[in-house]
Amino acid sequence: MSKFNFIKIFILALFLSSTNLVKAVEQNDPIKVNWSFKGLTGKFDRASLQRGFQVYKEVCSSCHSMQYLSYRNLGELGGPEFSEEEVKAIAASVEIEDGPDSQGEMFFRPGRPSDKFKSPYPNINASIAANGGAYPPDMSVLVKARPGGSNYIYSVLVGYEDPPSGMVLDDGVYYNKYMIGNKIKMSAPLTEGIVEYTDGTQPSVDQMAKDVTTFLSWAAEPELEERHRTGVKVIIYLILLTILVYLSMKKIWSRVDSEV
Amino acid sequence: MSDHEYKPKSKAGKWFNDRLPLLTLGAHLTDYPTPKNLNYWWTFGGILTFCLLTQIITGVVLAMHYVAHADLAFASVEHIMRDVNYGWLIRYIHSNGASMFFLAVYIHIFRSLFYGSYKSPREVIWIIGLLIYLLMMAAAFMGYVLPWGQMSFWGATVITNLFSAIPLVGESITTWLWGAYSVDNPTLNRFFSLHYLIPFLILGLVVLHIWALHVPGNNNPVGIDIKKPSKDTVPFHPYITIKDAFALLMFMIVFAGFVFFTPNVLGHSDNYIPANPLVTPAHIVPEWYLLPFYAILRSVPDKLGGVILMFGAIFILFVLPWLDTSKVRSAVFRPLYRQFYWIFVIDVLMLGYIGAMPAEGIYLVLARVGTIYYFLHFIVVLPVVGLLEKTEPIPMSISDPVLSSGAEPSLAKKDNVKI
Repeated sequence: MSKFNFIKIFILALFLSSTNLVKAVEQNDPIKVNWSFKGLTGKFDRASLQRGFQVYKEVCSSCHSMQYLSYRNLGELGGPEFSEEEVKAIAASVEIEDGPDSQGEMFFRPGRPSDKFKSPYPNINASIAANGGAYPPDMSVLVKARPGGSNYIYSVLVGYEDPPSGMVLDDGVYYNKYMIGNKIKMSAPLTEGIVEYTDGTQPSVDQMAKDVTTFLSWAAEPELEERHRTGVKVIIYLILLTILVYLSMKKIWSRVDSEV
Repeated sequence: MSDHEYKPKSKAGKWFNDRLPLLTLGAHLTDYPTPKNLNYWWTFGGILTFCLLTQIITGVVLAMHYVAHADLAFASVEHIMRDVNYGWLIRYIHSNGASMFFLAVYIHIFRSLFYGSYKSPREVIWIIGLLIYLLMMAAAFMGYVLPWGQMSFWGATVITNLFSAIPLVGESITTWLWGAYSVDNPTLNRFFSLHYLIPFLILGLVVLHIWALHVPGNNNPVGIDIKKPSKDTVPFHPYITIKDAFALLMFMIVFAGFVFFTPNVLGHSDNYIPANPLVTPAHIVPEWYLLPFYAILRSVPDKLGGVILMFGAIFILFVLPWLDTSKVRSAVFRPLYRQFYWIFVIDVLMLGYIGAMPAEGIYLVLARVGTIYYFLHFIVVLPVVGLLEKTEPIPMSISDPVLSSGAEPSLAKKDNVKI
C-alpha cells in the first residue's frame, strides 16, 4: 500500500466511489423535453419565460441566489422582455443596501434596474446554515453546470416520489428519481397552485417546472437567441464564400496539369 | 532558389530592401516552390496558423475584461458572458478555439507520421513542431484553469501534484509551482501570466518551424525529393494560398458550428460550478485532447512510473526520426508500415476513450495494453518494420510517377490521394 501515494489513491478512490454510487442506486436518465430553445433556430417562449420568472421570484428565490443577473436583463431582447415599467417595478420591490453615504453610513434604498438580483442570504455560510447544511446553489448558470442541462433540472423538479421500500432517509432528506444519487435536501418546491399565474395558465407542477426551467435556461444563456441567429448567418456566409473560393481555386489550378 | 535575384522596382523599395530585405522575404514566401501534388492533409499548417492567431486575438480581448483573482475570476468570466459586447462570442471562440487548435494539430502530426515528413532532412522541423505541441498543452492546461470552476481547480490540483512524484525534491517543486501550500490565488495569478506568455513563444517557434521548412521545402504524398522544380512544383501564391483558403473555410464552418450551436459540448459542466477546495468532483477529467496521456498516466500502478511514462509518451516522439529505419518516407509505398500506422491510430484513439472512463476493470486492462502497444510501436515496430519491409516501387519524380519505375498504374492515383 505504501507505494500508492496521495494522488494515485485520490484518483482511484474518486472513480471507484463515484461508480459504486452509480451502481448502488437506480439512476434514471432525465426526461427529454422538446424545448422551444433547442435546435439551430431555437428561441425562448416569451410567455413561459415571464411565468418562469414568477415561479423563481415567488418560490426559488427564497433560498437560491442569482447573483450574476441584473434586473435590467429582464427587459433585454431575447429574455422575458418585460416592459421598462415592469422592470423598474420588479427592481423597486426589493430593498438594496447601498452606501456609504457622505456621513459614512450604509443605507437602504429601493432597487434599480442596474442592480444585481438581490441574494436571499448575506453569504454562502448563512445560506448553508439556514438550509440544514445544504448549500442552495446559485442559479445564474445552474443549467450549464449540470450534465443534462434543462432536461435534468426539469426532471428533478418533477422527480419527487416516495422512496422505494427499504430505503431509509434521514430527516430533511428527500427521495428524487432523477437527482444524482437519488437523495436531495430540498423538499419538493412545487405544489399544484403554489403560484397564481397572472396570464391565467393552469399552475400544475409540470407547467411550473417547465416554465421555471425555461427561465433558468435563459438565465444561464441569455445570449442564446442572438447566438443562434448570428450562427445561422455566419454559416450561410461561410458556405457561400467557400463555394466562391472553391470555384476560384478550380480556375487557378486549371493552369497547371495537376488536380486539386 | 531564385529569391536572390529579386529586385524591387521602385527606388524607395530598393533603398529599403538593401537595408532590410523584407521585400526579398515577401518575394520568397510568394514564389516558394511547393510540390504540386500536396493533398488536403497538407492544408492544416495554414489552418494551425489561423488557430494560433485567433487564440491570440480573442485572448488579448478577454484579458482586458478577465480578473485573475480566486475570488473574482469566475464572476469576471460571467461578466464577459453577460455584460461585455459580444463577450460570449469572443469567449466561446477562444474556448472552442483551443479544441479546434488541437484537432488541427493532431491531424497535422498524424499526416507527418503517415507521409514520413519527420525523416531526413526534416528532423528539425519535426522537433520544433513537437516543442510547439508541448507549449500548446501547457497553454491549454493553464487556460482551462483561469475560469476557476471546479474542473479548473481540481484539474490544476491533479496535474501540479504530478510533480510531487519526483524523488526528494518533488514536494518542494510542487509548493514552488503553487506559490502556496495548495492550488490557490498565487497559482491562478502565475498561470494567467504564463498563459499570456506561451502563445508568443509558440509564435516565435512557428516562425522557426516555417523557416526550417523552407530550407528543404515541403515533403509530399509521394515522399520523394523534387527532381524538376519547374515541372514538380507550383508557386506558393496563388496556388497554395487559394487551396489553403478553401480548406480553412471548410474548417471554419465546423468551428462556427461548435461556437454558435454547441459551445459547451467540448467542456465539462462542472466548470460552471465555482471552484471549491472542499468539494471534489465525482470525476476529474482533463480536456479531450489530453485524454490519451491521462490514460497512460493512470495505467501505471505507481505514481512516479505513471508520470515518467506519460512524459515519455511525448518525448519518445523527439527521437522518432532515428527510430524509423526505413529509407522510404511515404506510407503509400510501405505496405507493412501502413497497417501498423492504422493500428497505432486506433491505439491512440482507444487510449483517449479510456482516459475518459473510470480506471477500473476492463478499462484498466485495455489502458495497460494500449500503453504497452504505444511504446512498442516506436521502440520495436518502427525499427524492425523498416528493416524487414519490402517497399513498393517508388516513382522517379512527382510529375511522372508511373513511367520510370514500372510501378502499377494504380500508383499514379495514389500520389494524388485526395480527401
